[in-house]
Amino acid sequence: MSEFLALLRRDVLLARRQGGATTSVAVFFILTVTLFPLGVGPESALLGRIASGVIWVAALLATMLSLDRMYQSDFEDGSLDLIALSPLPLELVSLAKTLAHWATTGLLLVVLSPLLGVLMQLDASAFPTLIAAMALGTPTLSLLGGIGAALTVGVKRGGVLLSLLVIPLFIPVLIFGVAAVDAAASGLSPRPHLLILGALFLFSAVLAPLAGAAALRLNLE
Amino acid sequence: MHRFANPARFVRISSALLPWLTGATAILFGIGLYLGLFVSPPDYQQGDSVRIMYVHVPAATLASGVYAFMAIASAVALIWRHPLADIAAKSAAPIGAVFTLIALITGALWGQPTWGTWWVWDARLTSVLIMLFLYLGYMGLWEAFDDDRRAAKAAAILALVGAVNLPIIKFSVDWWNTLHQPASIIRVGGPTIHPDLLSPLAVMWGGFACFFAVVLILRMQREIVARRIQALQTLYVAADGHAAAET
Repeated sequence: MSEFLALLRRDVLLARRQGGATTSVAVFFILTVTLFPLGVGPESALLGRIASGVIWVAALLATMLSLDRMYQSDFEDGSLDLIALSPLPLELVSLAKTLAHWATTGLLLVVLSPLLGVLMQLDASAFPTLIAAMALGTPTLSLLGGIGAALTVGVKRGGVLLSLLVIPLFIPVLIFGVAAVDAAASGLSPRPHLLILGALFLFSAVLAPLAGAAALRLNLE
Repeated sequence: MHRFANPARFVRISSALLPWLTGATAILFGIGLYLGLFVSPPDYQQGDSVRIMYVHVPAATLASGVYAFMAIASAVALIWRHPLADIAAKSAAPIGAVFTLIALITGALWGQPTWGTWWVWDARLTSVLIMLFLYLGYMGLWEAFDDDRRAAKAAAILALVGAVNLPIIKFSVDWWNTLHQPASIIRVGGPTIHPDLLSPLAVMWGGFACFFAVVLILRMQREIVARRIQALQTLYVAADGHAAAET
């Protein structure tokens, strides 16, 4: 357990001290959403209708852009080999890495999403649901993305391939995340959609570290 | 099962099977297309456009069927390290991707006269489109590694992760009330489709399955030969270097 926490702490510290990484994800998230009112026009009715989808798509892209950071630099400077030699099982290594990734990117997306909701004229009644859906959905994105990051860690210029691998896996989160917010905005209960998001999260929390560890083992041998 | 792990034995057995399977494909396609295009009655609502079904439905079944085959072969490769399972999964992927593409294209051609639109973002259509992306990602991952053995393992992990999509595709028409019709053949309470339409469909199914087997065997044999050539080249280069070092 102490190794798990140590690894988690190290990754969060690294992300913070390297600066840039975390902030650039936040800036990317805000910039992408900002492009939509400029692109489709500033009518509040239109923006309010597409707000949930735009915010979710931007969150997906922001998560995806930060994924290669998860293992790549540790792989290149050899620290991933040392981490693998530690007594901590690789399954927990991949879980700790995922958790650190979420804490430095996903959490920020959750916090920023209400602000972007305001910018996108999202209906006021949908804000609690937006936050809840993002809080359930972004860890799932980090977990699924972790599988892709682990699979492509040894691949040179794996960025495009990584997006091809993870976007199909991200789509269910996008569908139910948007559906929950839209349901709340139109006065329906977002409960069923949030429950499915929760199920996706639990399902991937159990299985993604296993797949991630298998992929790491393969790339480290 | 490991009795069949020897590639040479696989090539021998599959070569013996190949002419029979090719013949079966030709005969089943011949009968199926004749029954489907000339014998079966036009639908009372859709007229002759219903005949697209005889290509669309088997292609769609095979599209997810081939993915299931790939996922099973990948599991076998990961668990028992069966050398042919990797080759089977790799060889099946492009075939499955083409079946998926055929299902999507024929679906668009069928959707235009019946639904009045080429494409809708309905649950079944979207999940099949996602499956096409999964196939492409799988094939891309194979290409990304220089080392076949590592590529095989990475691709196998991805195939198993992607298999989560299969039940979503199967049940999407029941879970979401969408434009695509609900299951009408494999359902509780028997098929709701008229036997005159079902029999050509069944023959076409058999034809598609045999066609898949034929192409799979050809691709697997090609892969085995390619790997043998590569191994020989490695040996040749090594021997060459050895000789050069001696002189």
